[in-house]
Amino acid sequence: MIRYAKLLGVQLRASALLTLQYRLDFFVAGAMSFFWTATALVPLLVLFQQRETVAGWTWHEALLVVAWFTVLKGVLEGGIEPALQNVVEHIRKGTLDFILLKPADAQFLVSTSKFEVWKSADVLGGVGLLAWALVSVGWTPSFTAVAATLVLLACAVSILYSLWILVISLAFVVVKIDNLSYLMESIFDAARWPSSVFRGALALIFTFVIPLAVMTTYPALALLGRLESWRLGAAVGGAAAFALVARLVWTRAIARYTSAGG
Amino acid sequence: MSGASLEAHGARREGEPAPARILRAMPSLFRVGFASAIAYRAEFLVWVLATNMPLVMLLLWTAVAREAPVGRFGEAEFVAYFLATLIVRMLTGSWVVWELNFEIRQGTIGMKLLRPIHPLLVYATDNLAALPLRALVSLPVAAIALWWVGHGQLASDPMLWIVAPIAIAGAWAMTFCATSFIGTLGFFWDSSMSLFQLWLGFFFVFSGYIVPLELLPAWLYDVVRWLPFRYLLSFPVEAMLGLVDRDEALVALAIQWAYVAAFLALALWTWKRGLARYSAFGG
Repeated sequence: MIRYAKLLGVQLRASALLTLQYRLDFFVAGAMSFFWTATALVPLLVLFQQRETVAGWTWHEALLVVAWFTVLKGVLEGGIEPALQNVVEHIRKGTLDFILLKPADAQFLVSTSKFEVWKSADVLGGVGLLAWALVSVGWTPSFTAVAATLVLLACAVSILYSLWILVISLAFVVVKIDNLSYLMESIFDAARWPSSVFRGALALIFTFVIPLAVMTTYPALALLGRLESWRLGAAVGGAAAFALVARLVWTRAIARYTSAGG
Repeated sequence: MSGASLEAHGARREGEPAPARILRAMPSLFRVGFASAIAYRAEFLVWVLATNMPLVMLLLWTAVAREAPVGRFGEAEFVAYFLATLIVRMLTGSWVVWELNFEIRQGTIGMKLLRPIHPLLVYATDNLAALPLRALVSLPVAAIALWWVGHGQLASDPMLWIVAPIAIAGAWAMTFCATSFIGTLGFFWDSSMSLFQLWLGFFFVFSGYIVPLELLPAWLYDVVRWLPFRYLLSFPVEAMLGLVDRDEALVALAIQWAYVAAFLALALWTWKRGLARYSAFGG
């Protein structure tokens, strides 16, 4: 464990050093983050000009969902996607062999190979939005609510990571999948809306197959102290199941990998 | 385009003017484009599935309209609006900015420069050659829309039905020229893709992609009507659904094609300037 923590430190430092070379990008990333958050708010603003509540959510409560969405988007684009995009490149070029040869877990190595440190601007923006929403609602969450929210956040990150590992495992079978992560991103985009907006088949998909509800709506509910505790348990169980399946599929995929060059 | 390659290729048919030569190349260009569209059908399918935003917005707005209509939009109006949006988006989408960015960075654009035909024209025919495939996915959407909400939502003025196809063609041309322009900036500027992200952000909000423009606050709507984004998506939809009257549609059509000309001129100009200072990466 300590060895892996040290390894993570090394990988993080390498990414940080790399990004420090492009300092201007920080301001670009910050400006873009601000801009995207603003555009995400426009439809919400238009919507709540027409109505007091939409699908049971008031304007400030819906803001909480958007805030969590922004935080997760930052984590996804900064911490998960860049590294896993690398894997696709490795598979295509046949250089994945060099990673497999290293004396550490391959999944760990590829998952930590690249971080876009500047994307933390998104996370900061999301937290800012969250604070603003909470202040305007005039609600101080209890300690247990905050704890539950943090647990759910960990679940959300874990689910996102597992989903992307599953997608990347596909890259061993079909080589060209850059589009697939684009597709996942476009689906993830729906997470900015409270899940009660969706009904029927889509509600089932967004709760069980691609659990967007768990990622953004549950944390917002938990923070408001409105999430039933069984849902929290189900989210934790679901996240664990996702991680297990992802790990199994990944080991299978690695086992049947025969280098592109060979 | 380099004069030397033009000469080498044109040598066989001395004296034939360039437009005629290009016209003669068109059928083969379309065939190649269509073949590659078929070859990458899986990617195409993924792109179609990724164009799901109008469907999400459809669900969202119909959920809102169920209680009471928003402006003049009830449930049926929202369904018609967002399905029409989906169709126009699928027919007019373009990847040219990604292709240009990739090819400029990798230096593979050199291959295109060697051909005796303007590379932007090659990208354009590539894009148009995929039209049968795009129509193939758009038609079922149109059928579902008709079945769901009936004919009542469509424009009743025949004049608007003359305007609508021209508006869709204009939206395609505008999208292509504007994204080509942004893509060509890659010759000068490493982070031209950031600019594209910015463009995309404005497009989402101000083109009617996530909310019908007339539902925006009045002061914003007055601004948006003059921005290019409305003419990329909202205007063809408005024409198809009869949300604009005849006179307004004709004015909008004029504005749209003025934008097409402007973006085309910009793209060609930056292309020329960019090429002059371009010396392939790794070359």
